[in-house]
Amino acid sequence: MADKNGFFDLSKTGLISKTGLTRRTALKGLAATAGLAVAPGFVRYSQAQSSAPIKIGFQSHRTGIGAAYGRWYEKTTAAAVKAINAAGGINGRPVEVIIEDDGTDPGRGAEVVGKFATQHKTDIVFGTLFSHVVIGSAPAAGEAKIPYFVVSEGHHVASTKLNRYVFQPGITDVKSQIQSMAPWIAANAGKKVTQIFPDFAFGYDHRDYLPPALKAQGADVIAQIAIPPTESSFTKYFPQIPPETEVIYHVMVGPAVLTFVKELGEFYGSNRPQLFGFMDSLEATDINSPGLEFLDGSHFWEGSPRYAQADDSAAQKAYRAAVGIDDNGAAVGDPKDVSTASHMFGCWETLYVVKKAMEDAGYKGPEDRAKLVEATEALTAFAEGPEHPQGAKTFNGKIHQCFGIQNISKVEGGKLKVVHKTKIEDGLYEAEGDYTTQAL
Amino acid sequence: MHFGPHLLLAALEGLVTSAVLALTALGLSLVFGVMRVVNVAHGEFFMLGAVLAWAITSAIGGHPALGFLAALVIAPLIVGAIALVAERLVLRRLNYNPEATIVATIGMLYIIQQLALSFYGPEARPVEPPFSYRILLPWFGYSGYKLSIIAASALLLIATWLVLTRTRIGLIMRATQYDSETAQAFGIPVDRVYGGVFALGAMLAAIAAVLIVPISQAHYLMGQDPLLLSFIVVIIGGLGSLRGTVVAAVLIGLSDGIISMFFSPTLAKMIATLLVAMVLVFRPQGLFGTAAR
Repeated sequence: MADKNGFFDLSKTGLISKTGLTRRTALKGLAATAGLAVAPGFVRYSQAQSSAPIKIGFQSHRTGIGAAYGRWYEKTTAAAVKAINAAGGINGRPVEVIIEDDGTDPGRGAEVVGKFATQHKTDIVFGTLFSHVVIGSAPAAGEAKIPYFVVSEGHHVASTKLNRYVFQPGITDVKSQIQSMAPWIAANAGKKVTQIFPDFAFGYDHRDYLPPALKAQGADVIAQIAIPPTESSFTKYFPQIPPETEVIYHVMVGPAVLTFVKELGEFYGSNRPQLFGFMDSLEATDINSPGLEFLDGSHFWEGSPRYAQADDSAAQKAYRAAVGIDDNGAAVGDPKDVSTASHMFGCWETLYVVKKAMEDAGYKGPEDRAKLVEATEALTAFAEGPEHPQGAKTFNGKIHQCFGIQNISKVEGGKLKVVHKTKIEDGLYEAEGDYTTQAL
Repeated sequence: MHFGPHLLLAALEGLVTSAVLALTALGLSLVFGVMRVVNVAHGEFFMLGAVLAWAITSAIGGHPALGFLAALVIAPLIVGAIALVAERLVLRRLNYNPEATIVATIGMLYIIQQLALSFYGPEARPVEPPFSYRILLPWFGYSGYKLSIIAASALLLIATWLVLTRTRIGLIMRATQYDSETAQAFGIPVDRVYGGVFALGAMLAAIAAVLIVPISQAHYLMGQDPLLLSFIVVIIGGLGSLRGTVVAAVLIGLSDGIISMFFSPTLAKMIATLLVAMVLVFRPQGLFGTAAR
């Protein structure tokens, strides 16, 4: 291999010794391995046939407009995996998470799924929030026949538009959320509602399911305003809000959400209609940011409450401590690093669903993926507790979607206080299809 | 909302867009006019201005106006210095060859964007405006700070015009633009002028970004829109023409405000693009540009 100048002679670089592996190096290696095995914290996975880790490919929004969510989804996932491993892992095997950035981009998302299936050879793919990434990635998961557990919110999984390998067992979908909250909006906020929503898949779920849900409560959507997700200035849309509007229902995502709320405040001042917002409009944003005083007295949907509540369960407290968020929903030690508390619990709960399903299926490796799909479909309910701190849930295996409770919170003195909790039954609807009829 | 107030709001929004656009596009136009360099990384200098404004305002406590004023001075200086280094290290070594510099500035775009991602992160972060005053009109409220952007931009544009037309520096820049070889023969350090102009162009973009960051937010991907709009403006106005840049910026800003408010933002972009095509077909040198010799 050595050329004239020795550029390609690896032995000269010190990477490989000329004499090969010496006895001394071999002994050192053996000693190190033995040392690792007896080191404190080393969990013995004795009952497992193989102690190789179960590999979970985590498709994360590290960059792009979903980055704030990605960061907290990673923190929550790390905390859940730590807890699972400390308790012996899944089927006695440790869990290892491999993270790839999807750039909050559907094309990249599909590539990442392919990379997990063929290059990293993970057991499953997990993660991701933004609906367009989920929809873009789902076919790749179906083709690779790799189970894909998403922590999104859109109705795309439950509508059975995707495929049998895609599950959403840890967070409810928009159709269910809206249906369970519409009665509260009609009874407490107002009957004439103007909707402002992002102009892509997630926003369309709000556009399509709010009008019928409100109609059933004797209220009406009188205007629907779609805003491109990359928009950075919003004032120009506000004249479209009809003057007779009693409630502005807003749901925005991405980096410009703070600007959206600030401009709404400048436009209306104190003389505003009632506001009902999806927490997406304020995720990862400090509610005490300048310009947001305007939100005082308005209401928000929260999947899981950002602020610690007086009646928090022990499981909720333990979950918050494990993830590292303080009573205000910010990172412990950094009050400016506000979490995406309303959504990120879904990562924690989904991982425990994966654990349960893998244990039910006696999952051993990629050859058991079909068994894992069937075992997940066989699940019916998750009890509230350390594994499901947000609340109890039911699961419909035909549509791969869970149903749970929602929180309606009021902004009071720069904090969010839960004023109403819906029931699981409020969000149930007729299944629109059946994934279990698809071939595996 | 009635037509009158609706139009007023549209015009106000359009003017704010125009004000920021005029400053950004002027930087692009100057660099091309004097150096014949199409600076594709211009939008990233804009983004750097906003990101630095966030860093400076968060480092300086106290009243938000203090941090903002500091940012308005320091951020453009840092961006100018970065541009100067980039010009010395890259563009000069390519002898300002038009094709090579396009590719080189595309490279700079990616490098600056990824550095911002690495050191600043992917989040959008807010900067507090120096003052918060809500102007209460009978039909709607409007941000007093937004109106001040229009004033600040107008002042800066007048200052730039004075520098270009009334000072020795301006004279040297114009001489270099007119004929760089003859200018060099007359003892003008063309090389240094080029470095200065490139830095000045980047600084104008940075100032525009500092002005807009309190009503928008600092984000590492925010350079793309201003780059595209700046190109539209300088093509319509005529490359290297200050007057053309301002007129085209007002035209594009107002039409964007009004069309996107009464119809749709997509239609506004379509019309702007159509306008560019029309200008290129019927007056390739731009509305106020002079034909290349």
